[in-house]
Amino acid sequence: MHEMSLCEGIRTVIEDQARAHNVHKVTRVRVEIGKFAGVEKPALEFAFDVVMRGSVAEGAVLEMLDLPGKAMCFDCGKEVEIDDRLQPCPTCGGGKLMPTGGDEMRVKDLEAA
Amino acid sequence: MCTVCGCGDSKVEGHSHAHAHDHEHHHHHHGDTHYGENEAGVSVPGMSDARIIEVETDILAKNDAYAAVNRARLADLNALALNLVSSPGSGKTTLLCKTIEMLEDQPLAVIEGDQQTTNDADRIRATGAKAVQINTGKGCHLDGHMVGHAMDHLDLPRGAMLFVENVGNLVCPAAFDLGEDAKVAILSVTEGEDKPLKYPDMFAAARLALLNKVDLAPYCDVNLDLYEDNLRRVNPQIDILRVSARTGQGMDRWLEWLRTHLATKSDQKAAE
Repeated sequence: MHEMSLCEGIRTVIEDQARAHNVHKVTRVRVEIGKFAGVEKPALEFAFDVVMRGSVAEGAVLEMLDLPGKAMCFDCGKEVEIDDRLQPCPTCGGGKLMPTGGDEMRVKDLEAA
Repeated sequence: MCTVCGCGDSKVEGHSHAHAHDHEHHHHHHGDTHYGENEAGVSVPGMSDARIIEVETDILAKNDAYAAVNRARLADLNALALNLVSSPGSGKTTLLCKTIEMLEDQPLAVIEGDQQTTNDADRIRATGAKAVQINTGKGCHLDGHMVGHAMDHLDLPRGAMLFVENVGNLVCPAAFDLGEDAKVAILSVTEGEDKPLKYPDMFAAARLALLNKVDLAPYCDVNLDLYEDNLRRVNPQIDILRVSARTGQGMDRWLEWLRTHLATKSDQKAAE
């Protein structure tokens, strides 16, 4: 979804940081993407190259780190990690899981030249 | 969690971290080997410490900041804001027109989001309610900034209900906070019982699902209980109401839901 808008968000974050740290060239950008963030990684990579043109991060490498999906099981009351929103609870097999984590989309850090 | 590679020490059943750990973890607090004490608190071999800038900022932080401003403005006014999300054609605008008609004297306003045309805002204005149309052009969702601008044009009265009809899209609007009190997903019975399973993000983010066009259910071989089961599978806490904007069936319960949430918001404000 909207990977282009996300990259515009990433560019804003990078430009704010570059100004604050007096950095003129960013060579690597690491982002954390949760399992349920709905981000299509190849699309994000493609959009990243396009959106960073003309910015301090033009040509920078985008590194994507996966964060696990987490959910609260309404049957056994435990917080569990899940790969898929629709999978049953790995602890008790229950089917009522409320996602509690995994929708993160964060710029983790930057490598500056 | 290792902040260099982002890997955690937790495990998921049937899933293990496949990547090799080729950097060392130095935690020798008593042996006096202290890597990772630079500004970022991390150390990566082959990379000088000073060159890493720790950021830890949400990609949508800018949107979230606009949304927070909207939320504060709405709280000051004791106004209840709802972000109406659905696929195109679920009957959002018809449902809104009927809702406005039934709410009678309740102060309210509408923000309409579509890629093109002012058709929806025109339909809302025809009911006598205030409405602002946002055309997103190529955009697939409304964002906090657009909604803030639209609110500038609405001059919301105290205790109002603000309905934000998002772009018909079950994917993107899930991630963009507008400053609303709740997302309300509208799902019509002609869309198929498995819609919540196909687009779980949106239904997981919604507080209430309105199962609309129930008057058509006898003609399209659908199982309304299965709609509800599937909604609760992706969101065990979701409220569900069966309605028909055309016949008015179930609309009184939707109005009651709205009034209860508006009253709760005023009570919270009074308690502060």
